[in-house]
Amino acid sequence: MTRLSGGLVDRSQTLNFTFDGKQYHGYPGDTLASALLANGVRLMGRSFKYHRPRGVFSAGSEEPNALVELRSGARQEPNTRATVAELFEGLVARSQNRWPSLGFDALAVNDLLSPFFTAGFYYKTFMWPKAFWEMLYEPAIRKAAGLGSLSMQADPDAYDKGFLHCDVLVIGGGPAGLAAVLTAARSGARVILADEDFRLGGRLLAETETLDGAPATDWISALETEFESLPNVRVMRRTTVFGVFDHGIYGAVERVSDHLAEPGDKVRQTLWRITAKRAILASGATERPIAFADNDRPGIMLAGAMRAYANRWAACPSKTIAVFTNNDDGHRTARDLAAKGVHVAAVIDARREARARGDYRVIAGGMVTGSRGRLGLRAIEVSTNGRREWIECGSLGVSGGWNPNVHLTSHHRGRPVWNEALQAFLPGADGPAGLLPVGAAAGHFSTAQTLRSGAEAALRALTELAIAAAPPVLPQSEESGYGVAPIFHVAGKKRAWVDFQNDVTVKDLKIAHAENMRPVEHLKRYTTLGMATDQGKTSNVTGLAVMAELTGKSIPETGTTIFRPPYTPVTISVLGGGDTGPHFRPRRLTPTHNWAEAQGAVFVETGQWMRAEYFPRQSETHWRQSVDRETKAVRSAVGLCDVSTLGKVDVQGADAGEFLNRLYSNVMDTLKVGRVRYGLMLREDGFAYDDGTCARLAEDHYVVTTTTANAGLVYRNMEFARQCLWPELDVQVISTTDAWAQIAVAGPKSRALLTRIVDGFDLSNDAFPFMACAELVVCGGLRARLFRISFSGELAFEIAVPARYGHALMERLMQAGADLGATPYGVEALSVLRVEKGHVGGSELNGQSTAAMLGLGKMVSQKKDAIGAVMSRREGLAGDIRRIVGLQPVERAGKVVAGSHLFTVGAPQNLDTDQGWITSACYSPHVGSMIGLGFLENGDQRIGEVIVAANPVEGESERLRIVPAHFVDPEGARLRD
Amino acid sequence: MKFSGFRVFAEALKGNTGWRPLWRNPEPKSDYDYVVVGGGGHGLATAYYLAKTFGQSRIAVLEKGWLGSGNIGRNTTIIRSNYLLPGNEPFYEFSMKLWEGLEQELNFNAMVSQRGVINLFHSDSQHDSFRRRANAVILAGADARLLSREDLRAMVPFLNFDNARFPIRGALLQPRGGTARHDGVAWGYARGADLRGVDLIQNCEVTGFRIVDGKIRGVETSRGYIGAGKVGVAVAGSSGRVMAMAGMRLPMESHVLQAYVSEGLKPILPGVITFGAGHFYISQSDKGGLVFGGDIDGYNSYAQRGNLPVVEHAAECGLALMPMIGRARLLRMWGGLMDMSMDGSPIIDRTNIEGLFFNGGWCIGGFKATPASGYSFAHLLATGSPHETARAYRLDRFSRGYVIDETGTGAHPNLH
Amino acid sequence: MLIPHPILGSRDAREFTYLGDVRLVDRPDPTGPDAEAAFCDYVFLRDNPAGVHRELWFHEQGDRSCLVVTRSTITHDILGAELARDFALARKRGGE
Repeated sequence: MTRLSGGLVDRSQTLNFTFDGKQYHGYPGDTLASALLANGVRLMGRSFKYHRPRGVFSAGSEEPNALVELRSGARQEPNTRATVAELFEGLVARSQNRWPSLGFDALAVNDLLSPFFTAGFYYKTFMWPKAFWEMLYEPAIRKAAGLGSLSMQADPDAYDKGFLHCDVLVIGGGPAGLAAVLTAARSGARVILADEDFRLGGRLLAETETLDGAPATDWISALETEFESLPNVRVMRRTTVFGVFDHGIYGAVERVSDHLAEPGDKVRQTLWRITAKRAILASGATERPIAFADNDRPGIMLAGAMRAYANRWAACPSKTIAVFTNNDDGHRTARDLAAKGVHVAAVIDARREARARGDYRVIAGGMVTGSRGRLGLRAIEVSTNGRREWIECGSLGVSGGWNPNVHLTSHHRGRPVWNEALQAFLPGADGPAGLLPVGAAAGHFSTAQTLRSGAEAALRALTELAIAAAPPVLPQSEESGYGVAPIFHVAGKKRAWVDFQNDVTVKDLKIAHAENMRPVEHLKRYTTLGMATDQGKTSNVTGLAVMAELTGKSIPETGTTIFRPPYTPVTISVLGGGDTGPHFRPRRLTPTHNWAEAQGAVFVETGQWMRAEYFPRQSETHWRQSVDRETKAVRSAVGLCDVSTLGKVDVQGADAGEFLNRLYSNVMDTLKVGRVRYGLMLREDGFAYDDGTCARLAEDHYVVTTTTANAGLVYRNMEFARQCLWPELDVQVISTTDAWAQIAVAGPKSRALLTRIVDGFDLSNDAFPFMACAELVVCGGLRARLFRISFSGELAFEIAVPARYGHALMERLMQAGADLGATPYGVEALSVLRVEKGHVGGSELNGQSTAAMLGLGKMVSQKKDAIGAVMSRREGLAGDIRRIVGLQPVERAGKVVAGSHLFTVGAPQNLDTDQGWITSACYSPHVGSMIGLGFLENGDQRIGEVIVAANPVEGESERLRIVPAHFVDPEGARLRD
Repeated sequence: MKFSGFRVFAEALKGNTGWRPLWRNPEPKSDYDYVVVGGGGHGLATAYYLAKTFGQSRIAVLEKGWLGSGNIGRNTTIIRSNYLLPGNEPFYEFSMKLWEGLEQELNFNAMVSQRGVINLFHSDSQHDSFRRRANAVILAGADARLLSREDLRAMVPFLNFDNARFPIRGALLQPRGGTARHDGVAWGYARGADLRGVDLIQNCEVTGFRIVDGKIRGVETSRGYIGAGKVGVAVAGSSGRVMAMAGMRLPMESHVLQAYVSEGLKPILPGVITFGAGHFYISQSDKGGLVFGGDIDGYNSYAQRGNLPVVEHAAECGLALMPMIGRARLLRMWGGLMDMSMDGSPIIDRTNIEGLFFNGGWCIGGFKATPASGYSFAHLLATGSPHETARAYRLDRFSRGYVIDETGTGAHPNLH
Repeated sequence: MLIPHPILGSRDAREFTYLGDVRLVDRPDPTGPDAEAAFCDYVFLRDNPAGVHRELWFHEQGDRSCLVVTRSTITHDILGAELARDFALARKRGGE
């Protein structure tokens, strides 16, 4: 056991957990990493490439080594950093990327082969023989690669998203952040504090230094109490601000219940978009190691992490430790651990002038040049002035200096700036507007400086926001400086790791240098430096420094390294929030949806809408039977179909007619009141866009319809035209798609049926002819709109009532029409009816067709301008000779398959001889065979010709006869009847 | 230096001390026969084929930053040749054939991996349009298959077949589609070009064109004036900026496309999968990261970074499609500069300035085109006439009305 | 992004649909002598500046107004926003 005394763990309660199936226990306040260390476990994982045994390296979110699969079953969570996983009762964790066990990993053979597996080796080999890449090499590489594994089950937990707004967002709850919050909170400004840790205090929790002579936790507790009492302050623990987006929007993830065995009725995590007028970046600093030979053994960790484990978690990897440092901070580790009763075998300080700051041995000017211990550190080799000695220790704390956590300042591609004195990159001046770095993130390394910088930045932010604030009284604290020497790695022949997770060593950097992969981005990409799950938090600067040394340039000349969001990896589930599975998109239901459901309708997704596809009867075993029956009912009696999904736009104003004239390619202002006209819209580039009807209800009032698919787009386009193109016109538009339920009443008996529900309205052909429209009253007092239009080619009407009456209207029509054979029909029958009639639908109006192709060339008025009119005359459009045709199999039983391509009989079949394709196809009960519509070169002049429809992807070919594109009542007598 | 398994072995035995630069860092000469502006994938491939296939010399590639720093350095690595329109499909199939022999040709393993591209469909009308596309692909001599829901389920059982807002009805599969290691492609072409004497000049920004009497004479750069017989511009998202220096306005806008990669995971995805009910595509890299992308942000941008709504949208699509990725974590996101053309298809053409040629408008799909784009552009530069598969990619197709609009969305660059 | 709506104040860009370069307001005269060429320019060609860009945003999930937003395409900073209808009217008055 290596649990020390003290610390911020709650010893009154014991938590049981397992790692690789073995039982351990820890305390509330522990992380998985601290608990494992306290249980004497140093080996926690394997590296990515060489499968080297690894132990915990850090005490925070920068951890490259101690990655585990956390939890089990569908909650299994790969690559979880043990250093930030809060311990809970019953926690289950497994090591990953090893087989058969963590202690004995077969792929550790890669380590022996490491001379071959150097930087970029795979670009140079595995090329012969060619076919072996997919068959052999790549599968082997893929199997060996990757880290943790997914459960392959859906995530069972709930997630949420939300928006927050504040004056000042403080990112990080260490001393600088707390001082900033304190300053802003007392001013009354709206303040949010987001801290990734589960306990406020940041680095203060890991140190022994005092504030006003008392433990730092006293000061923190007092602040927490004060913040709690202020309504303008929101403290968010376990919340990582992961990215800075435009205009002061910060992305943050709150881990609401990751510290619990199960979320219960809570969400697991919440994605917050925080809009902040100012943000204060108090994200602290991350320690970096010094690279030396075999510096990756379990037990070797960052010195600051070792100190954090001892002070905060009362855990230590070993009873005997050593420290290797190039700066003053490393000595704090030795001093604090010695104070806790741990044996400090030596502090190896690379600086010749180094002196002890406590009761321990200092080796000044020394370098660690090697290590021993297969699954855990046993001893280190120290070289001083050419003299070598082995020092036994179970753990080594390494400190190569501290890198300010500038990440968020480069999210808008701002570049950090090198500071020679601190040997570190500091935030540049080109960071996101309104983001103020403070404390260690800004290069302030003493607690006193840090506190002051936090308070000062808050004052500055508040001043800019014109919020009066007073500087707070800050506690007395250490002013100690921080001296660091520019030592990044120890020269030597053996491998010295720079990027631990991805196994990038100094040797790899040397190869990259030799191969001229010297620009930082080449270096990173070629060696994979900094590309692992820790995003190079502990390795990027070291890698850069080594490259600078190799090229003989300074670090800033060699390059800078910028960071992209997210700051730490973000669960994909929380980015999706709850909008997953069936909730991926809204389901829009038609006014008769519940009615159709009660009739046993089968529904189909059409865009966001759910529409009745067909209404099967009990005797019907195949969908075609239902569709044929519904189609026949429309042709012989009367059918009812909910067409509310068509876009409806109300157009009003003195210039409504003129406005529509400019939108539709055909003339609309001459339309008489009480009449409807079919309309075609082009895009401004001249291609056909949408079709629908325009009904003129009054001199200054039109109602237009659009296709279901284009309802939103057409409406948007109308608003654009109204506001941007012709603002001088007196016209207003509004979408009423959701306001009206519209039901198609189609078939020879449709008039008879409607006559039974209208209130004193003459439906005779004379009074209400084809293409008439009217506002009227139905069902004893319900206001309605009636349009005599037909999509099926039969005598037909569309009746609209306020949406909330749609269901009742459908029931009334069914009731009233029972003896007439009233039959509900779905979109399948609707589609068959329109193909039979030769009306174009979405497959023809696909954004690639001209009006002429659709057989609607005459609708493009040459007498007036409209959107798209000019461009439709370009040679490529005007010269397009493809025309819509009807297609029927030569053999009655033959198939017509949409998506087949059309060829002259006997012609070779390739792209050059391709003459068109079939756009829509169906079985026509009316014709008694399959039929189709298609675009065919010169199709209008080839009626009667037999052609070949080739469908090579399904190995089919069929002879089809070209016929006019209307299979039913070509003269249009029925609909005018 | 020829690369091979043997070479790796031999160098290992020598302590890996024998490796030599993959390319030189030459000083720019005073003039060249050919100056290719842009050291991204397309520019490097152009220079390579100019030297290798068309036997030209005195060639320089001028790159503002580092080689491969454009979209070839930041994309989702998908290669495929399953286009619908006759203006496109032969070109992309030509590209696919070049991909298939690329590594042996370049003696550099770009990890071209033909593990298949699956495009899901969710409705009868999508099924019909995919059948039309599959047939077009086959008629062009490429490969395509239509998969039923059952076929698909056997192949990728982890997709959301049972609880989806938009049920999966089947898929279009191109077995020869797949992925390639994007940086490796850039480096392979760079090394190949350098070996054939091409000067690859990094940190050399073109700041102007010298045009005399309607003819190009050379380029002004951050490293001085460089004379040129012919200048080929292949700068993707920077096209607008660069061609403006020659007084040209282009039928395109620059937009940001974000892409994402997850932490490394043990293999789950065999190939590339695209979602037909939302703009989303995903594959898994050899290192184990899920590489995915979605819509462009939708507003003009040169910022090379995007915003959260599109990130959230991509995650929603991913979860709707394959709910089991939920507990994986997104590791990195980045934004690339897309040269979104007005019909969604590229331009490889001469300009009205003699000797100045333009290659751009690749929208979000330029990576897969890299070999054919380079080859065709080199063909145009060297012979003065377009390559047979790139004949449709003319600048005047917009004014003449011969647009190549795969999606039928018209002149809205942010919808392609 | 946040769009400073001249009537409604700062609104999340999620509520808007981007329509493109503000020059889409300047629809050419369809009866002009080179109407086809003018329309080709209008429909297809863009300045596409790296820098200040005036562009149309439609408040689709809001009050349905089209805005002319002035924004940097390099930094995404927004320098101003006005109603497109006002802009277009002023433009027409200026042109007449």
